[in-house]
Amino acid sequence: MILSVRDLTVTFRTEEGPVRAIDGVSFDVAEGEILGVVGESGSGKTVSLLAVMGLITDPNATIGGSIRYRGKELVGLPARALRKLRGAEIAMIFQDPMTALTPVYTIGWQIAEQIRAHQKISARAAMDRAEELLAEVNFPNPREALSRYPHQLSGGMRQRAVIAMALSCNPALLVADEPTTALDVTVQAGILDLVRRLRDRHGSAVVFITHDMGVVSELADRVMVMYAGRIVEKGARSELFGDPLHPYTRALMGSIPPLTGTRPRRLPAIPGSPPSLLRLPQGCSFAPRCPVRFEACEARPALPAGARAAACFRVEEVQP
Amino acid sequence: MNKPLLEVRGLSKRFAIGSRFSSEGRRIVHAVDNVSLTVERGETLGLVGESGCGKSTLGRSIVRLYDLTGGQLLFDGQDIGTRSLKALRPLRPRMQMVFQDPSASLNPRRRVGDLVAEPLRLHTRMSRAEIRARVAELFKLVGLLPDQIERYPHEFSGGQRQRVGIARAIALNPDLVVLDEPVSALDVSVQAQIVNLLADLQEKLGLTYIFIAHDLSVVRQVSSRIAVMYLGSIVEEGPAEALMAAPAHPYSQALISAVPVVTTDTGGTRRQRILLAGDVPSPLAPPSGCRFHPRCPVAQDRCRTERPELRPHGPGRRVACHFPVTEPG
Repeated sequence: MILSVRDLTVTFRTEEGPVRAIDGVSFDVAEGEILGVVGESGSGKTVSLLAVMGLITDPNATIGGSIRYRGKELVGLPARALRKLRGAEIAMIFQDPMTALTPVYTIGWQIAEQIRAHQKISARAAMDRAEELLAEVNFPNPREALSRYPHQLSGGMRQRAVIAMALSCNPALLVADEPTTALDVTVQAGILDLVRRLRDRHGSAVVFITHDMGVVSELADRVMVMYAGRIVEKGARSELFGDPLHPYTRALMGSIPPLTGTRPRRLPAIPGSPPSLLRLPQGCSFAPRCPVRFEACEARPALPAGARAAACFRVEEVQP
Repeated sequence: MNKPLLEVRGLSKRFAIGSRFSSEGRRIVHAVDNVSLTVERGETLGLVGESGCGKSTLGRSIVRLYDLTGGQLLFDGQDIGTRSLKALRPLRPRMQMVFQDPSASLNPRRRVGDLVAEPLRLHTRMSRAEIRARVAELFKLVGLLPDQIERYPHEFSGGQRQRVGIARAIALNPDLVVLDEPVSALDVSVQAQIVNLLADLQEKLGLTYIFIAHDLSVVRQVSSRIAVMYLGSIVEEGPAEALMAAPAHPYSQALISAVPVVTTDTGGTRRQRILLAGDVPSPLAPPSGCRFHPRCPVAQDRCRTERPELRPHGPGRRVACHFPVTEPG
């Protein structure tokens, strides 16, 4: 396993009381696999991966549990040691590429800087490498792009530049947080293709966070579905989408209008909205919106161990 | 047959950008370029396209939030394209708009009941009691609770805020509602609720919608007809299901093929995707001939020089392409 997360909790102290953004999340990522993490706003998909990257610096946050990268514990690791790992071995891309780019330097300068922060090579060599990377992420004219500033590029090209940066040190693990959400579908298709190729060519493991089930279904090997700070279902892509177990996963899939075939007269919508983390229900967090809730749901269902599981009392037996 | 509710003839909207003191000088963006379309009473026309294709500008021009650069706009038979804002006022209640971000379109310092009451105060002579009763009725209609009337926008979730935006838009019993990305900012589980609500309201109140969105599956669900836009022009138009099932324009085809869908197939049998080369060109310097030709997988010499017109292509369908990818039928 390249990444093993056990009982991760992230709690924020707020004026209105403690908010448990992540509540006992455990998962593994194998070398070279693409793990898709799906969830709606407030499901904790971003916070859990920020915790993995050691990027939660809010003094009001408490992080518990264990995060192991290739066996090495990351929780409590000093910032300097973490910084060596980030960028070199673990890279991250975000929804808005401008969070990772500075407007005042050229693309080439920024990629070269990233390379030289982790490798001892000359500025010239770093620039050449930057050009190679831009070519790899399908810049039509990589040499010319080196001297461009971020504002001169389109959103899709900026995201490609950020991916080039993320690749600069051949990361073993790439964490991508909604990298295509702000992009048009035709541009998104290109970026997804790129992520898939990266894994195939460099063998990098990828954790891909998104709210879009279609994206996950086209990209991921394994999927986990999050709701209100917990994992509610996990499994291999074809199993999870072929036979969803958790009522939330089912309802979420059902509420997406079909692109082909007959249109339903009404969409099977999920009533209500995702709960506020400040006022989580006592038992199962999905119970208030769940069509099949019963008495047992007053208690909190645990997520069984194993590769295929759902945290729901209605799911009696799950094949391993 | 009744006359259509809305007829758009050769509508254009240009914006001047940049300062004349900047290095590039003042430049002209053709945001909407010679668009013609018809919207019948009670139907939903879906406008799709990628960012910058002009779909929002077209929607806003139709309700005259913008002055038109050229073309004609006939609303219920009356030419409103060149009317002064003052002369437009009596027609305003009949055409309303719902915006993408409900938190940006609702004043945070006013109670939502007050926000919904505003169009009633501006456009009707209703008494306070009548307004109060109408607001209560509207809240019920959009699925909000009466005790929420006195609350402020921040106390609502995104989906509820969009319900408030919708209540305000239908307060004056409009004929036409232009919905600009009304569900894009919402969580997937909440999107379906709003899509259903819009369908219910259309049925109950006989509304006509122009539904602008980039999400093709949502547009297919709500629309009777769909118009696909690219760089300011309509490239294809037709009945929703027929167009989505067999797009005739290579751009529509690429756009639809790029939508990721939930499948359980393994890698090899995934849907064939058409990857477009490059980015959408800048509307400041649109390509010659067919505007899609630099990215088009089937472009030929003719496409580089001669701009295709939107021509009939089978029943109820129009396509602007010299070499449509399907036979009319």
